[in-house]
Amino acid sequence: MTASTLLAQGADIPAPHIEYDQLGPTLLVFGAALVGVLVEAFAGRAARFGAQVTLTALGLVGALGWTIWLAADSKPHHVAAEGAIGVDGPTLFLQGTILILAILSLMLIAERRNAHFTAQASALPGTEAEQETTAAGIVQTEVFPLMLFAVGGMLMFPASNDLLTMFVALEVMSLPLYLLCGLARRRRLLSQEAAVKYFLLGAFSSAFFLYGTALLYGYAGSVRLGDIAAQLDKDAGSETLLLAGVALLSVGLLFKLGAVPFHMWKPDVYQGAPTPITALMASCTLVAAFGAMLRVYYVGLEHLKWDWRPAMWGVAILTMVAGAIIAITQTDLKRMLAYSSIAHAGFLLTGVIATSTDGLSSTLFYLVAYGFTTIGAFAVITMVRDTGGEAAHLSRWAGLGKRSPVVAGAFAFFLLAFAGIPLTSGFTGKFAVFKAAVEAGATPLVVVGVLSSAIAAFFYVRVIVVMFFSEPEADGPTVVAAPVTAAAVALGLAATVVLGVLPQPVLDLAGHAATQMFVR
Amino acid sequence: MSPGHYIALSAILFTIGGLGVLVRRNAIVVFMCVELMLNATNLAFVTFARMHGRLDGQIIAFFVMVVAAAEVVVGLAIIMTIFRTRRSSSVDDANLLKY
Repeated sequence: MTASTLLAQGADIPAPHIEYDQLGPTLLVFGAALVGVLVEAFAGRAARFGAQVTLTALGLVGALGWTIWLAADSKPHHVAAEGAIGVDGPTLFLQGTILILAILSLMLIAERRNAHFTAQASALPGTEAEQETTAAGIVQTEVFPLMLFAVGGMLMFPASNDLLTMFVALEVMSLPLYLLCGLARRRRLLSQEAAVKYFLLGAFSSAFFLYGTALLYGYAGSVRLGDIAAQLDKDAGSETLLLAGVALLSVGLLFKLGAVPFHMWKPDVYQGAPTPITALMASCTLVAAFGAMLRVYYVGLEHLKWDWRPAMWGVAILTMVAGAIIAITQTDLKRMLAYSSIAHAGFLLTGVIATSTDGLSSTLFYLVAYGFTTIGAFAVITMVRDTGGEAAHLSRWAGLGKRSPVVAGAFAFFLLAFAGIPLTSGFTGKFAVFKAAVEAGATPLVVVGVLSSAIAAFFYVRVIVVMFFSEPEADGPTVVAAPVTAAAVALGLAATVVLGVLPQPVLDLAGHAATQMFVR
Repeated sequence: MSPGHYIALSAILFTIGGLGVLVRRNAIVVFMCVELMLNATNLAFVTFARMHGRLDGQIIAFFVMVVAAAEVVVGLAIIMTIFRTRRSSSVDDANLLKY
């Protein structure tokens, strides 16, 4: 059928059938974000903060409840919205994870005692206008709707069953995050610089993603992952378009994960962004990006695995080794955790490379475990403060273990979980992905993974040594234990312990979700 | 002209955009190069739609335009703030975060 005859039938285009109940969680989050914009415009200044926090929390908790109901209701395994959105076990598991981690991040973002966000983003740093707005107690609360839009995009990203929806989700997720990065209250120059860098590099990488989509559309005549897989089975079409398309698409996805050599943005952005936003990006964005990665490679390109696996091997090895080695030289804790996040993206990639049910379930489990630990660690960083805000430089943390043993102990425990010491969730997660990778025949990759874990353990232990075995400075930072942040740390700690000691229920849940596989 | 020429043109435009992002110094120009890459993609979508005799590629081009417009809003806001702070929109001047 040619385009012109299709055009002639234009009057008969049927209305799409949208399954609103299946898309409920995402729509609820977007709805709450839109209401949040209205609240921002119309609610009085005094009522605004409370209203926004309540609305955001209700939206996220409601979406989580809806997701659980969808997962428990039946065995969901179908596509919704004319095939644009997949509703299946792994997707619901990922969406639930994103929502839980977003609620934890919200606890950090909504902290009022240590305000993290600038009173007015338009007021120039260091000017009278800024001092006036701060003194007048003007608080703009646009962070909450922005965060909801970002979370909505994250929910859509792993669920997108075609590449166009995935691209739109990618942008919906990224655009609010670019803005959120630039809204820090202190060290605003760093924060704005992080926003510019993240924006320019993010836009650059999404252009690659889109051109990859265009080439795959040229190859298969459709952007739907299932159709691309079907075209691969037929072994028809131009291989040049296919391989170039997959390469460009992978660049876009690997950028979002922060895999080497597309990791340059991560340390700068994690360091410059307000710490609660760093926590949100390090947990929820990583989960969403890996979800999308898993869907593209498990659904669309599974039959091409002999072609993409070698390249992915190289990326995974580079990511694990470079992340661990560069982290050794870091003196800023947020920057060090950014490199640690790069190394963890490498460990997670070994699970993607496995391309098996075990690989899928272990990656899902690892994402949950890592998400909780990383939010907890960044929450601790927001608590250790001196006059200029957070004291993120490693030397300032000297002797923290003597001054406030509980906080230092919690941070040490998170670091041990990052290192993958047994009885923490990090060990269970790493064991699961490495086991899946070995079973899929990627033993050399696992050897590299274990070695770089050993390198990584060095700099985690170095922080512990600085905290517990050196003398505190006289003018050292104080620990401001604001209740909501402390609760977030406690929850992160509880999850890290429980997933390390009793991981079986969550492993079963991830395994159950993975057995259904992604819907085509 | 065969559709292949349009694909070649789109690839050339995409490459020019990509190179521009890498070598240009002004944040606004860098951003314009990204937009050029997105428009090269649109050309590719429309051409492939023609080659496959399907319409969805043309519809996708509209989606891309909308997303690009949203990106402009966010991007210019961010570049404006940093310009007002530093009186410079050169990406080389934003060098506080390193190592």
